[in-house]
Amino acid sequence: MDYPALTMHALKDLLAAGEVTPLTVTEALFARIDSLEERIGAFITINREQALRRAEETGRQLARGEGGPLCGIPLAIKDVICTKGLRTTAGSKILEPFIPPYNATVMDKLEEAGAIIIGKLSMDEFAMGSANENCAYGVPKNPWNREYICGGSSGGSAAAVAADESFASLGSDTGGSIRQPASHCGIVGLKPTYGRVSRFGLLAYASSLDQIGPLTKDVRDCALLLNVISGYDPRDSTSVQQAVPDYQAALTDGLRGMTLGIPGEYFGEGLDPEVEAAVQGAVARLQEAGATVRQVSLPHTAYGVAAYYIIAPAEASSNLARYDGVKYGMRDMDAETLLDMYKKTRSKGFGSEVKRRIIMGTYALSSGYYDAYYKKASQVRTLIVRDYQQAFAECDVLVSPVTPTPAWKIGEKSHDPLSMYLSDVLTIPANLAGIPGLSVPCGISRAGLPIGLQIQGPHFQEEKLLRVGFNLEQRLDMAGRKPDL
Amino acid sequence: MNISKEEVAKVAQLARLELSEQEVLEITGQLDRILGYVAKLNEIDTTDVAPTTHAQAINNAFREDALQPSLPQQEALANGPRQNGEAFVVPRVI
Repeated sequence: MDYPALTMHALKDLLAAGEVTPLTVTEALFARIDSLEERIGAFITINREQALRRAEETGRQLARGEGGPLCGIPLAIKDVICTKGLRTTAGSKILEPFIPPYNATVMDKLEEAGAIIIGKLSMDEFAMGSANENCAYGVPKNPWNREYICGGSSGGSAAAVAADESFASLGSDTGGSIRQPASHCGIVGLKPTYGRVSRFGLLAYASSLDQIGPLTKDVRDCALLLNVISGYDPRDSTSVQQAVPDYQAALTDGLRGMTLGIPGEYFGEGLDPEVEAAVQGAVARLQEAGATVRQVSLPHTAYGVAAYYIIAPAEASSNLARYDGVKYGMRDMDAETLLDMYKKTRSKGFGSEVKRRIIMGTYALSSGYYDAYYKKASQVRTLIVRDYQQAFAECDVLVSPVTPTPAWKIGEKSHDPLSMYLSDVLTIPANLAGIPGLSVPCGISRAGLPIGLQIQGPHFQEEKLLRVGFNLEQRLDMAGRKPDL
Repeated sequence: MNISKEEVAKVAQLARLELSEQEVLEITGQLDRILGYVAKLNEIDTTDVAPTTHAQAINNAFREDALQPSLPQQEALANGPRQNGEAFVVPRVI
């Protein structure tokens, strides 16, 4: 049997029935990784020996009828989430030697649930990018066409799941970094509500926007993984004390009584006709499942990117001040004075996109410019929040494209930061408002590149997003479609 | 011009970054375009609009001021590029 091709829930059933052991599955997965990695490049670090030991251990647990909801399932994780004893680089040279002395809360939860951690995945440096081209350890390729980007910043996560090199992954999403690569690689990706999942141990980019979430092969797997990682954490004071529902329970309910809002602003200039057609097709399928559709308006959508590229760099310039060569990571050993050490370490350790955003953020926060930039952007953020409140008074969820176009060719936008930033126009608003957003495959372009549908909902309404996504998946039969590798 | 290369050089110094002349020129051009783009925020009247700095309406998150286990000193120091078993070592300051 081709074990790596299975979904998590299908594998879970086989493991529970004793039809296969975690060791057999993990070995099969490493064999696939060994045969594909040269062409895909999704991994930064492979955790082979430890994973094989853990596979044996979880095998013994399963044989005794024990083990958590992910017992014996091998997973690879975006390299921005701290894994105790396993190198965590954030895709940056500055953290090349960093071995975290503790686990992120989500890693404690995965381990408690019985998952096997097989490695750490490629990403844009410090999660800054939309193409995964800003990585100090190489550029992963889109499994559907290796001349194309896999999206960013969780590009390695999306590529690994799409190429069956991992059964699922965790990524982080600050302006679309889970949903956009999921869409470009034809898999499911969820940015949960801000505060749903603990950020403790996530290397911070923009703390008021960052959220950890699942990238999976289908919607049921997404619900399964979300249940494992969600919940209040006293170590993250921005996580919210709100009960975690059983996300799998409501998946199979139909959509009767549900109203889908179509935000007109998401279908404007620059939207690729093939993306528009795929999204309209998906909306028609959802209507067949019983949903009602109505037009809604989010009038400040076009200002999201501008607000984001002040707020996110401002927060980043502060968060990244900690990488100074003193406590962890690399240091320029030749510098003679402390100031010189800071400057040389940071200049050699950070890549150009990270430097650009640190300078942009420092500038926006500097004396004399604070009101014109940071305060103004934060006020516009309020208007974006209000847009959503008004829209959700008229509908249950919003459906739209995830990205204006399918994936583009590697290198095509890498010399034009602004045009790269503008590709995030449809995903950024959800981060500014802290609401959840789900990307589900809804089509494939004539060039053979995947297209995703974005479903956004009010705070803590992940169940509705997943239910809409599941209904779409059932009616489109996309989950079984895989790249030819 | 929305930003000059002197301003970029000054901000780089504040952010503890050492940029080559070439990098300063490149970043100045890129930031100039980006700042030109974000100026579109000024199309919107935000008089009397309160800023949002956080996506959830949490005010203060309090906890009991109780002792908790923390990272042992040796583990906390282990990633230091230079350390002496008690502290991180850096170039002489005074």
